[in-house]
Amino acid sequence: MGVFINKATKAVVWGITGAQGSFHTRLMLDYGTNIVAGVTPGKGGTSLYQVPVYDTVSEAKEAEGADAAIIFVPAPFAADAAFEALDANFKVIVIITEHIPVRDAIQVMYRAKEKGAVVIGPNTPGIMTVGECKLGIMPVHVFKRGVVGLASRSGTLTYEIANGLSVRGLGQSTCIGLGGDPIVGLSFIDVLKEFEKDEQTKAVALIGEIGGNFEELAAEFIATEGYSKPVVAFVAGRTAPSGKRMGHAGAIIMGSTGTAASKIEAFRKVGVAVADKPGDVAKLLAEKLNLRT
Amino acid sequence: MNALKLFEYEAKQIFGKYGLPTPKGFLARTAKEAREFAALINAPVAVKSQILVAGRAKAGGIAFADSPAEAEKVAQQLLGKEIKGAKVQSLWIEEKIAIKRELYFSITVDRASRCYVAIASGEGGVDIEELAKTSPQKIVKLFIDPVFGFRPHHARQIAKKLGYEQNQMTELASILLKHYKAAMDFDAELAEMNPLVETADGKFLAADTRLIIDDNALYRHQEFKNRLLEEAELTPQELQAQTSGLAYVKLDGDVGIIGNGAGLVMATLDAIQLYGGKPANFLDVGGGASADMMAVALDIVLSDPNVKVVFINILGGITRCDEVANGILEAQKRVGLTKPTVIRLVGTNEEEGRRILTDVGIHVLNSMEEAAQKTVEISKSGGMREHGSFH
Repeated sequence: MGVFINKATKAVVWGITGAQGSFHTRLMLDYGTNIVAGVTPGKGGTSLYQVPVYDTVSEAKEAEGADAAIIFVPAPFAADAAFEALDANFKVIVIITEHIPVRDAIQVMYRAKEKGAVVIGPNTPGIMTVGECKLGIMPVHVFKRGVVGLASRSGTLTYEIANGLSVRGLGQSTCIGLGGDPIVGLSFIDVLKEFEKDEQTKAVALIGEIGGNFEELAAEFIATEGYSKPVVAFVAGRTAPSGKRMGHAGAIIMGSTGTAASKIEAFRKVGVAVADKPGDVAKLLAEKLNLRT
Repeated sequence: MNALKLFEYEAKQIFGKYGLPTPKGFLARTAKEAREFAALINAPVAVKSQILVAGRAKAGGIAFADSPAEAEKVAQQLLGKEIKGAKVQSLWIEEKIAIKRELYFSITVDRASRCYVAIASGEGGVDIEELAKTSPQKIVKLFIDPVFGFRPHHARQIAKKLGYEQNQMTELASILLKHYKAAMDFDAELAEMNPLVETADGKFLAADTRLIIDDNALYRHQEFKNRLLEEAELTPQELQAQTSGLAYVKLDGDVGIIGNGAGLVMATLDAIQLYGGKPANFLDVGGGASADMMAVALDIVLSDPNVKVVFINILGGITRCDEVANGILEAQKRVGLTKPTVIRLVGTNEEEGRRILTDVGIHVLNSMEEAAQKTVEISKSGGMREHGSFH
């Protein structure tokens, strides 16, 4: 169960022989992710950790029947890697790469929409259906299989909150890093829709931050659609000044757009509890699920 | 890193190459040059401070002069002046325009729709965000198809909506198209003409321009490669962070903060404020931070004279706690830990990291909330207490 990926997922690692690609391929394999192939142009015919390496992603797909791709290539080449995976009809594509130009990201998302594919990232820790499949770089020890669907715009903060959920015994179904860039493939609304359909997911945690309006749009969606599962949110950046990028390219208040206050107010107005501290997310979810705390 | 903002004169030079009409102008670095250029223009001039902050006209950054002598005088007053925190180092001396009407046009990124958007208004020289709130009906928005692009007919439709017919419509449309081309070629996060003016004789001129370039695309624009480091507006701490590839933002409190991961660092700042403290900075050492990076980060935060206490909040994922611990020791050797420091260290290789620090008498905490509270207590006692912290 879980959303987007599960134990049936067969993955290709684009950039498998690079420093990041090979390091995280090892960790993903150790977690049990079914990595059926790697791609590095010019290294076709070789293998790494017994995973065959191909020159192109379509060869890898044809030979090994892969259906998801994870991209670890430097920013100037990442968009092209994503286009290649889209052309080969991959339906789930995770882009770990940070610093992809906005103009390129816009085109990738446009092509993904045409192809009916899901893009996770860029600038994301990835996605993980706990206990089944990890396509990403997250440290697995903080996660525990459970009932909370987690979607976040940040990496480490996700681990902090996931750890809280694990300690409290709630655990997670699927954890998704939307990505820290201004242009990313998934919005909180997309993820809410998926979690709604997933039987394992009993409640949802949304971890937002300053910049853009995904949180406000999610709040509106929850209210107008009468969302059926309890949702708890956390929004980072209450102390962030306007016009400054707070680490992520997408974490920036423009004028008065994208403030934490606006997002928190939008959530609270529609009955979504907003945690004041990361540690409170698990507590609020436990209350919503009527568990003994 | 922050987006690369270009000065008005640079944006005008770029737009000029694309055939956008701009008022005749020159860059003056001294009052004497201002006088010479005003004489060359041989008409009333606008003397415009070249600074990167928005809203300079309201803040007194633009003056007008009817004669070269007057241009020299106002230039003298403007050069060296601080406007909204930015020091004026150069002036753009430009022909004063007889304005009939001010318009607004920009190309920017719409995050929710994942595309570029063209924004136009028949009211220029305004704060467009404010106008969007108070009179949204006065704004024309066109979402640009990422593949099909912004086409001549789109430009004509906008010109028409702004109220122009016949030759004026086609002339304005051609300006909007050229502007779009420049915006795309330069990977603009924002390319703006505000105002774009209709002159008394019915022509159009980009009277003020802004161009902000996506810093992630700078590899395609090598001419600006070193610009982010040259900006005069950076503090020594910001400069050091920029050079070392660390994300640092200076704030006005007294609690120095270092953490790994943008979201976690923001949440740490928020926690400090929640417990009644005031963060002095945002500093993200990033994923997989090495001992050396950690030492540089500490050096930056400790060198800020406003900082009374430092809070290091690390959740190890790719970042290893033992590396962080070694970085702290390295910093102690290199710069000396001159201020009380509270450390929270959990995650990958946590036991090893903890051991490295406790061996030399440095206390390490487990909970982010407990550590934030301790930090605030220390900041309130003037940075003198040594509780879960060290000197």
